[in-house]
Amino acid sequence: MAQPDFDKLKKLATQIRRDIVRMVHGCQSGHPGGSLGCTEYFVALYFHIMKHDPKFNMDGKGEDLFFVSNGHISPVWYSTLARAGYFDVKELATFRFLNSRLQGHPATHEKLPGIRIASGSLGQGLSVAAGAAQAKKLNGDDRFVFCLMGDGEQQEGQVWEAAMYAAHNKVDNLIATIDYNGQQIDGPVKDVLDLKDLKAKWIAFGWEVQEFNGNDLKEVINGLDHAKALAKKGKPVMNLMKTDMGSGVDFMMGSHKWHGVAPNDDELSRALAQLEASEDY
Amino acid sequence: MTKFTATDKKDTRSGFGAGLHELGKQNPNVVALCADLTGSLKMDAFKKDFPERFFQTGIAEANMIGLAAGMTIGGKIPFTGTFANFSTGRVYDQIRQSVAYSGKNVKICASHAGLTLGEDGATHQILEDVGMMKMLPDMTVIVPCDYAQTKAATIALGSHVGPAYLRFGRPVWPVFTEGRPFTIGKADVMIEGKDVTIFANGHMVWQAIEAEAKLAEKGISVELINLHTIKPLDVDAILNSVKKTGCAVTCEEHQINGGLGDSVAQVLSRFQPAPIEMVAVNDSFGESGKPTDLLKKYGLSPDNIVAAVEKVLKRKKG
Repeated sequence: MAQPDFDKLKKLATQIRRDIVRMVHGCQSGHPGGSLGCTEYFVALYFHIMKHDPKFNMDGKGEDLFFVSNGHISPVWYSTLARAGYFDVKELATFRFLNSRLQGHPATHEKLPGIRIASGSLGQGLSVAAGAAQAKKLNGDDRFVFCLMGDGEQQEGQVWEAAMYAAHNKVDNLIATIDYNGQQIDGPVKDVLDLKDLKAKWIAFGWEVQEFNGNDLKEVINGLDHAKALAKKGKPVMNLMKTDMGSGVDFMMGSHKWHGVAPNDDELSRALAQLEASEDY
Repeated sequence: MTKFTATDKKDTRSGFGAGLHELGKQNPNVVALCADLTGSLKMDAFKKDFPERFFQTGIAEANMIGLAAGMTIGGKIPFTGTFANFSTGRVYDQIRQSVAYSGKNVKICASHAGLTLGEDGATHQILEDVGMMKMLPDMTVIVPCDYAQTKAATIALGSHVGPAYLRFGRPVWPVFTEGRPFTIGKADVMIEGKDVTIFANGHMVWQAIEAEAKLAEKGISVELINLHTIKPLDVDAILNSVKKTGCAVTCEEHQINGGLGDSVAQVLSRFQPAPIEMVAVNDSFGESGKPTDLLKKYGLSPDNIVAAVEKVLKRKKG
């Protein structure tokens, strides 16, 4: 694979961050915190790691597939899909408005290219991704299936049903990632319901586990490349990706406060002043 | 006039197992998932002959529904199998988001539904599943009446596109529809009559056949319609029949709230108001016991249907 063009990818990340805060500001609702924290991951996946076709096909045979289980971070996904050519970036302005294909949480119902399953009710995405990965094996398709979850989402029991299943059945074309930002709506994850040693848990469930910094583009790309090298050896792969919720906008970082709050006009100006890019929708 | 006799006695779940095995032979994209109830769901033959397309999920129904939704991406046609309670109530949100709202071609196949599960008791005797499933937009809901129709419905689902719920049961039950055509969404007029229309599905169709014989002896002419598909509902069949008979009785092994009776009543009250009586479980949980004893205790026997018909006829005459 070609070497990543880090300058280009960093500019894209900044542009996507601008899109996120503008989208959430535009409709005065949505989830900026987790979206900003996962921006490098989305850029790495769609602009370097995955083989995918913006001329979207639901079955995605011969392509890598990506499922977002923590659907509330839809702004970063929509912006990334638009910037990758799945649909016109102008459509980002319709986010969360009536008659939009950009629903509050991702959905297939309005046929937005790039989305393969609805998500939002937490805990379901890893099961879906594991099923899609097994379908790929049945079809003799050697591409990967990626899945992103939140860390608070690890409190859902279904995640662990899927964890057990994927390891038992050697679903080793599955590469999952947890956005490990330590925050959830009601406060720090360790205070709400502590995950304790998450790495040890996933290892105990039979997964290949690695950790990397999700807000360092180079680390994310190296981490995901390494995940592909770890895959297809009998175990599914889990990336524990440390991120800062709200990353890139200083006053949104380091707290759960911006999980699901939209910036006002002044806050938008202050955020955009920190994010210089030139291709706004 | 057509009369029905039992040509055999078999469980409806075996009809599912036979249909699934047939589909396995017909279509390489058909896959099956089961949550630790392979024998109970009669999925053994499929598992034996198509092991690479059979997925044992363990006792983890939520994951099973998600896996099935994921397998549709790539063109698979998944049939999930577990008890009706665990196929619906336990996984309602998974079905709602990952299957129905996402428009996935998953067939949720549910055994041991209703009172006729028998001795296991109310924890397992789900009587609310049809209501839950029919409320989901775009969900097809089918409750076949015997072994032959369950097999036919299973095979029909192999070429049906979209989310579907297929409900069947545990007890050995008369087989009486062998060779009858089955089309999803098309009601089957089994007996033509002029005084009253009985709409029934599932095990209650046989109860209604027995009731019809008793009513015929009393000189009451019954039209019996097997409304195996609750959604999409065959509205024309309902209206055409009740236009002729002027009153209706519904029969189902389900709560009176949310099932077949509700669906028929909604159609009649909107388009053609007529007296209607409902033979169903009257807002209560079941209990342990023999299937036929339970049907009697909870008001689902042929005699209960006869009484409901006599009552609705009195109301019709005013």
